[in-house]
Amino acid sequence: MYVAVKGGEKAIDNAHRLLGHDRRGDPEIAEISTEQIAGQLKLAVARVMAEGSLYDPQVASLAIKQARGDLIEAIFLARAYRTTLPRFGYSLPVETSRMVVERRISATYKDLPGGQILGPTFDYTHRLIDFGLAGETLPERPAENPAGLEPAPHVTGLLNDEGLIERNAARSDDPPRDLTREPLAFPAGRDLRLQNLARGDEGFLLGLAYSSQRGFGGSHPFVGEIRIGEVQVEFFAEELGFAVTLGRVQLTECEMVNQFKGSATEPPQFTRGYGLVFGQSERKSMSMALVDRALRAEDLGQDVTAPAQDQEFVLSHSDNVQATGFVEHLKLPHYVDFQAELGLVRRMRAVAAAARADEPEEAIPAEADDMTEDREAAE
Amino acid sequence: MSANAAAEAARPYNYAYLDEQTKRMIRRAILKAIAIPGYQVPFASREMPMPYGWGTGGVQVTASIIGPSDVLKVIDQGSDDTTNAVSIRKFFEKTAGVAVTTATTAASIIQTRHRIPETPLGAGQVLVYQVPIPEPLRFLEPRETETRKMHALAEYGLMHVKLYEDIAKHGRIAKTYDYPVMVGGRYLMDPSPTPKFDNPKMHRSPALQLFGAGREKRIYAVPPHTDVVSLDFDDHPFEVNKFDKPCALCGATDVYLDEVILDDRGGRMFVCSDTDNCETRRADGHRGELLGNEEPRA
Repeated sequence: MYVAVKGGEKAIDNAHRLLGHDRRGDPEIAEISTEQIAGQLKLAVARVMAEGSLYDPQVASLAIKQARGDLIEAIFLARAYRTTLPRFGYSLPVETSRMVVERRISATYKDLPGGQILGPTFDYTHRLIDFGLAGETLPERPAENPAGLEPAPHVTGLLNDEGLIERNAARSDDPPRDLTREPLAFPAGRDLRLQNLARGDEGFLLGLAYSSQRGFGGSHPFVGEIRIGEVQVEFFAEELGFAVTLGRVQLTECEMVNQFKGSATEPPQFTRGYGLVFGQSERKSMSMALVDRALRAEDLGQDVTAPAQDQEFVLSHSDNVQATGFVEHLKLPHYVDFQAELGLVRRMRAVAAAARADEPEEAIPAEADDMTEDREAAE
Repeated sequence: MSANAAAEAARPYNYAYLDEQTKRMIRRAILKAIAIPGYQVPFASREMPMPYGWGTGGVQVTASIIGPSDVLKVIDQGSDDTTNAVSIRKFFEKTAGVAVTTATTAASIIQTRHRIPETPLGAGQVLVYQVPIPEPLRFLEPRETETRKMHALAEYGLMHVKLYEDIAKHGRIAKTYDYPVMVGGRYLMDPSPTPKFDNPKMHRSPALQLFGAGREKRIYAVPPHTDVVSLDFDDHPFEVNKFDKPCALCGATDVYLDEVILDDRGGRMFVCSDTDNCETRRADGHRGELLGNEEPRA
C-alpha cells in the first residue's frame, strides 16, 4: 500500500532522455545549427553573452540550442561554464570613442560630429508580421556609404567642453573591484554597481528604469548618445612590456544626460548615467544607464526614496541566474518543513476550538496536550 | 599512467568541478568560519552547474573539502532518494570519482538539505548544510547593512521581540523550522530550514558542521563540541516537535516523521523522514504497525 514518492535515479535519467528528445523536436525537420543561431538570432545570442558575462558567440549559440530557446537557462549555462575558465588577467579599458560605429544616434542634438547613423534598427519599422519571412528570403544588399565614416566624439565630451555636464571621475590607479571574485558588500562603489547592472536581468532593469521615469525616483533623462559597434580589446602583457590586441567585441554604449540642480557649492550641471552591454542591446544599455543614474542619488546628495535608487534592493535582485534559481527552488521537496507547519497549525486550531467549546471559562493559552484525536505531528 | 590519472586528464573540468584557486578561496572562508563560530563569512560564491537555491552553497563547500578518500552521503528531507539528493550525489560521483553511501555511519561527508540524520554523528564526520537564507534576522530586517551591524553589536533584541510577539499572539513560539540558535554564546545563527526537532543535535556535536549559502555568498560553521542553544524564555522553554505515533514501518518513536496521505478518505500514516535510519532499524528486526509491530529479540 505504501508507495514512497521518491525521485529515484531511473526517473531522473528518463526525464533527461525525454528532455533531449523534446529539444530535438521532429526528426524529419532539419536540426538547427549553432551557426544559424549565431547568424540569425543575433540579439538572443547578444543577450546570453551580456548576462552570461562571456563574450563567446559560439558558446552562447550552443547554450541557446541546449536551452531550447530559454534565454535565462542559456545565460545560466554560459555562467556555469565561464566560472570554470582560467583567468589570465584584466584587459585594458576599451576605448569606445574609437569604436567602429554601426549605429550611433543622439537625442540631444539634431546633427553632430560623426553624424546620426541609424544602422540596423527596428525603431522605424511598422510592427506588422511579415508573412513573407515564412519562406526563404533573399534580402537586398545594404546600401554603403562610399565616403566612409568620420570620427564620432562622445556627445558628453562636447558638453564637457562647456562645463555643462559633470566630469567623470578621474581614472583611478586602484584596479576596479571584481564582483565575480569577491562577494558584494554595501555600500558598493560605482565600479561594482556598473558590473552588477551589466550582467543584470534586462527585464528587471527595464522595469526599474521605467519606474524611475514614472516618478519613483524622478529622473529627467535625455539620451545623449547610443552607439553600437566593435572595439578592440587589449591586454597589457608584462613579459612583452606593451599591450597586445586580443580581439574585437561588439558593444552597445549609452550615455544618458540627466538634469541636476546646482548646490551652494556647485553651479547647475547635467549629470550622467552610463550603460555598456555586450552585443547589440539598446533596451538593456538604456535601462542600465537610467538605473545607474538612479543609484547615484546618494552620491549626489539626493534623498533615496524609490526602489531604483536603493542599492541593496537593486543590486541584490538584479541577477536572473540567482533569481530564477531561488524562485524555482520552491519546486524542490519541502515535506519536512511543511510537516512542522502542519503540526503547528493543527495544534493551534485545536486550541482555538477548545477555547470556543468552553467559552465562559478561562481564556486561551491552555496547553493542548489532549488532542490525541488530531494526529498532529510537529511541535 | 594509471586508469585514474587518465580519467583525470580526460576531464574537461577540474577535480570536483571547481578550479583549485576557487577551492583555496572557499577553504579560507571555511577556516575563518570555524574560527568564529556562527559568524557569516562572505565568500566569492561561484556559479555552479545547478541552480541557485538548489544547494549551490553546500555543493561549493563539499567540492572544496572533498578528496578521493572521502565517502559521501547526500540527503534531502532526510532521504537519500529524493531527486535533488540523487542529482548532487551523482554530480560528485562524476566530477570527484568519490565513493558514495547512504549509511550515515559510513560517510565522512554528509551534505544535507532540511534535516540532520537521526544517527548521532561522530568525530571526524563533516555535515554540510545547504542554506537558502543564512541571515536569521532577514525577515525582521531586510537590509544586510543593518543586520551586519546588529551581529557586530550582538544586538538581538529584535528576535526576542518577535518570539515574544508569537507567544502573545499564538500562545507559543510559532516557529517550527529555521528556529534561531545562539552559537558559542555570541552569534545568532540560522540553522537552515531544518525542523526545530533537529536543533538539539547541533549542540556540542562531535562532528564539524559547515553551512554554505551560494546565492547569498555566505559560509558559516559550528566547530565540534560548540554550544548551540535554541532561543527561548524561562516560562516558555524550547521544546522539540513530538509525534503521537511511532513510524509505521520501523516503530521508531524518537524520530522525525513524514506524513503520507494514503487515500482520499483521510487515511494517513507517519513514516521516518530519515530513510537510512528507518532501513537500518528494519534490518535490525524492528517492525512498525504496517509491518506487524514487532521488536527484535534480544
